[in-house]
Amino acid sequence: MEEEMLKQLEDLKKRVGKLEKNRKDQLSTAIVSGDLDKILATMIISLAAAASDTKVKLFFSFWALSALRSPKKKAQGKDFISKMFGLMLPKGRNKLKLSKMNMMGMGPAMIKFLMRKQNVMLLDEMFKQAAELGIEIIVCEMSMNLMGFKKEEIIDYPHLNYAGAATFVAEASQSSIQFFI
Amino acid sequence: MNAEELKNLEVAQTVDARGTSCPGPLLAAKKAVGEIELGEILEGLSSDEDTKNDIPKWCEKMEHEFFGIIEEDSYLLYF
Repeated sequence: MEEEMLKQLEDLKKRVGKLEKNRKDQLSTAIVSGDLDKILATMIISLAAAASDTKVKLFFSFWALSALRSPKKKAQGKDFISKMFGLMLPKGRNKLKLSKMNMMGMGPAMIKFLMRKQNVMLLDEMFKQAAELGIEIIVCEMSMNLMGFKKEEIIDYPHLNYAGAATFVAEASQSSIQFFI
Repeated sequence: MNAEELKNLEVAQTVDARGTSCPGPLLAAKKAVGEIELGEILEGLSSDEDTKNDIPKWCEKMEHEFFGIIEEDSYLLYF
């Protein structure tokens, strides 16, 4: 009887240990939205996490990829549909629209004015800080191809990699915090 | 610790994050903590209301000791 109990206890200890080991102090976020407000929120939370020594990995896919487009770079050899997508979607993080109250661009202009007035970091500064804190950006290559973007037009960022959904699942399963935005 | 005791603490470094909003003060604190030695005290100045709640939480997670806040025109934080 006692032996049975001890055996069960041992088994439980092993399982708890495994659970504890599996969860890293990490924030994994899958970002699908490309709205200014959602990218802002993502970056603010990510910076706060990184400042608290939590490892941060951001997976950009679909509409969010607009935020990673460089306004200066150009990609060659796109087909017609890709070119249309490229034209219709915001070219870079400073061209993003608000999910609400966009008002043909007046909303974002007002938000940026308020952010400057209240000393909130703008996206440019946030990405700079993110790079300094070692926040990783992972780009979903499949959705990049789908949206017609090319690697040549993605921003220069020191910790940027390309990977697929399985990488996010693997990272998220080991993270103490997971977000989908 | 009361305000008097806080004022008398020996501070290794003061970081001025006044004029920045969330998460500016956190980033400033994180940077400054890296520059001081273990056991030393960092003083932070912030004009952001959220800092009052954020810094104690941040200290808890980072395992820094939090001493307290003095509210003036700007507040002071210690850990």
